[in-house]
Amino acid sequence: MKIERVAAVSPLSRAGEVAILVGFLIVAWQLLHYLAGDIAMTTPLQTFRYTARLLVTQDFWVNAAASGQAFAGALAIGLVAGPVIGILFGFHRLSGEVAEPILVALYSIPKVILYPIILLVFGLGLAAEVAFGTLHGIVPVMLFTMNAVRNIKPVLVRTGRALGLSTFAMMRTILLPAALPEIFTGLRIGFSVTLLGTIMSEMFGSKRGLGFLLMQALGVNDVQMIMALTLMLVAFASIANAILMSFERQLYRRT
Amino acid sequence: MKHGFGIREATLVRAALLAVLVAVLEIACRTGLIQRFTMIPPSEMVVSLVRLFQNRDVLADAGQTLLSVFIALACALVAGFAMGVALYAFPRARRIADPLLTTYYSVPVFVFYPLLIVLFGLNAIPKTVIGFLYAVVVMAINTLNGLERVPFVYWKTAQVHHLSRMQTALHLILPCAGPYLFTGAKFAIAYAFVGVIGSEFILSTGGLGYRVSFAYNNFQSDVMYGVILFVLVIVVCINMALYAWERVLMERRGGR
Amino acid sequence: MNNGTFVAVDGVTRVFPARAGMRDVHALGPVDLALSRREFFAVVGPSGCGKSTLLEIIAGLQAPTSGHVLFDGTVVVGSVPRGIGVIFQEDASFPWLTVRDNIAFGLRREGVDGRTIERRVADSLALTGLRAFADAYPGQLSGGMRQRVCIARTLVLEPRLILLDEPFGALDQQTRLLMGDELLRLWRETGATIFLITHALDEATMLSDRVGIMSARPGRFLDVVTTGWPRDRDSKIVAAPEFGSITSHLWSILRDESIKAIEANPVA
Repeated sequence: MKIERVAAVSPLSRAGEVAILVGFLIVAWQLLHYLAGDIAMTTPLQTFRYTARLLVTQDFWVNAAASGQAFAGALAIGLVAGPVIGILFGFHRLSGEVAEPILVALYSIPKVILYPIILLVFGLGLAAEVAFGTLHGIVPVMLFTMNAVRNIKPVLVRTGRALGLSTFAMMRTILLPAALPEIFTGLRIGFSVTLLGTIMSEMFGSKRGLGFLLMQALGVNDVQMIMALTLMLVAFASIANAILMSFERQLYRRT
Repeated sequence: MKHGFGIREATLVRAALLAVLVAVLEIACRTGLIQRFTMIPPSEMVVSLVRLFQNRDVLADAGQTLLSVFIALACALVAGFAMGVALYAFPRARRIADPLLTTYYSVPVFVFYPLLIVLFGLNAIPKTVIGFLYAVVVMAINTLNGLERVPFVYWKTAQVHHLSRMQTALHLILPCAGPYLFTGAKFAIAYAFVGVIGSEFILSTGGLGYRVSFAYNNFQSDVMYGVILFVLVIVVCINMALYAWERVLMERRGGR
Repeated sequence: MNNGTFVAVDGVTRVFPARAGMRDVHALGPVDLALSRREFFAVVGPSGCGKSTLLEIIAGLQAPTSGHVLFDGTVVVGSVPRGIGVIFQEDASFPWLTVRDNIAFGLRREGVDGRTIERRVADSLALTGLRAFADAYPGQLSGGMRQRVCIARTLVLEPRLILLDEPFGALDQQTRLLMGDELLRLWRETGATIFLITHALDEATMLSDRVGIMSARPGRFLDVVTTGWPRDRDSKIVAAPEFGSITSHLWSILRDESIKAIEANPVA
């Protein structure tokens, strides 16, 4: 068995490779349609057409706005409180050690099972959806922020002291910039799981929102609607994530 | 460095905190501060949990959920591992699949649930597929990670010892990547539970998630909290066992 | 080529073929070298001159672009010949196996019977001073001990040629000196030929019978210095009068080559 270092792949532009991936997915989609039939799935083309029509209906936008409201609310709380608490837990050893296993446990349980409790506490409506979304998002943000703070190299702290900086100035100019990439990763993941939580809450017990529309479409077997909504949510989530990811790469490259 | 007083203190504080929380809830529920229809006292939750073990329907639900989780997990571990190996072996495919891998978990996987119900009907298949879809990629990513982190010097060592491909894979690569495979499996287990139970909760004809939503919709607080507690206990116990096992394995390796 | 030559390197070059947009990289050669049995030969040279490449070509881990290597009369091609052991710069000990199982690794893969394995592993443990740590895991040991595990794992296969690529590079100076003494002792007890790559000029002078000085890339031997030390030497040889002059001779040649190497490759 001979081992040579793997030769570098010949350079295709990144856009070209993404195009191949998207093309592959669309072809797979079309094939799945052939297997499943018209009753079960719509073709890519049909779905795009339906989506275009859907985007001009008021009904869609009312629900999209409702989802957007819940999502934005959950983000506002989770992505602000999350880093703040995470930083506190990161700098205060004991709190961090106490909190971490709890957060890790929260991260891995099916949080949906707690939704009825949230509904009982907050009642049906926006508050419960925001609470549920926040519950989802705040956990990874806290975990990643805590870790980011803990991973700050001690030599940076010593450098700060050697430069005679006050604790606050040191945090602001040296420590938090150093921890920023990893904190941002937590925010990015928090964004995605907040979306997951928001949509899920609407799929279960709501009268509005895109999740609700999705379940309603399932109830009347409106395959076109199901596929269109699925496509839109997938597209929104992936594109948002890709944008956040490119910011994140920049941050990491800086360090 | 983290042994001794550091860890123990945190454990004590945490246990104390949780105990206080439970006590506060108990008192608040019993004194009517928290209304009965919102939450039943923790002690009654435990009683309900024990009673549920004699409830045939609930046991059937548990069986259904665990079976779905098991199937989803088994498939995810095998397929995820195979995918990870394939991506490692074909760098071009890896580069093309890369955007998919990085955005995969940003998509709320449950949006596919209605589509799967249309395709397969309202039975156990859609939720098992969701569990599979949720768990498979994290296994693939960790497998790929583990393979890539095999130090190049190990490959050279294999040649010096005249190992065949199979021997290298079995006796060198696999043990070396082991911790990463374990991490992948840990996540896969958690995600399989989330996928199956989440789906059951949204819409299903059986399973523990269904039992919780059914109990909620029918104001059966005791059953609802009992099953919630049951699910939490199972998942937390499994995760704790995995973490403990992992710590033992890693300590021997000195954290490598 | 005389009969005493154990390893013959004949006109070996190594050119890495051009990759996208870049030219061929002429990494090594042409190199000629003849090693005798039981000799201790060290190679010094600036970073990136191709020392490791030469070692891997001799070992059969890489193929030369031109020229060939003869090991005990047979051409080295495609695979590592039996009888050659290699110790790398990076720690190649297996953290999931105990020290004992690490050492037994090669023998087990070859299907040697249990009793022989036990005996030979015990010998290797004794030889490398690892007996007290036989049931520990490498992760619990220091860097120097881990390298000893790698050495023990190589020695148990009774190689006749041992190639070492900066094995003590990651260790502190004092540990290096002690490991140097160890290496000399093992060299004498096994009767193997040793080919050692090192950055430390004093280490090269102290340990070897001959020192080859390599030029900056593409590496060629500029000079081969004979130290003339007696076989039973140790690190105290630094006190010998010739030690200083040999080492400074190495540096006088090497200094210019090192400057050339840095100027050719300013980025690390």
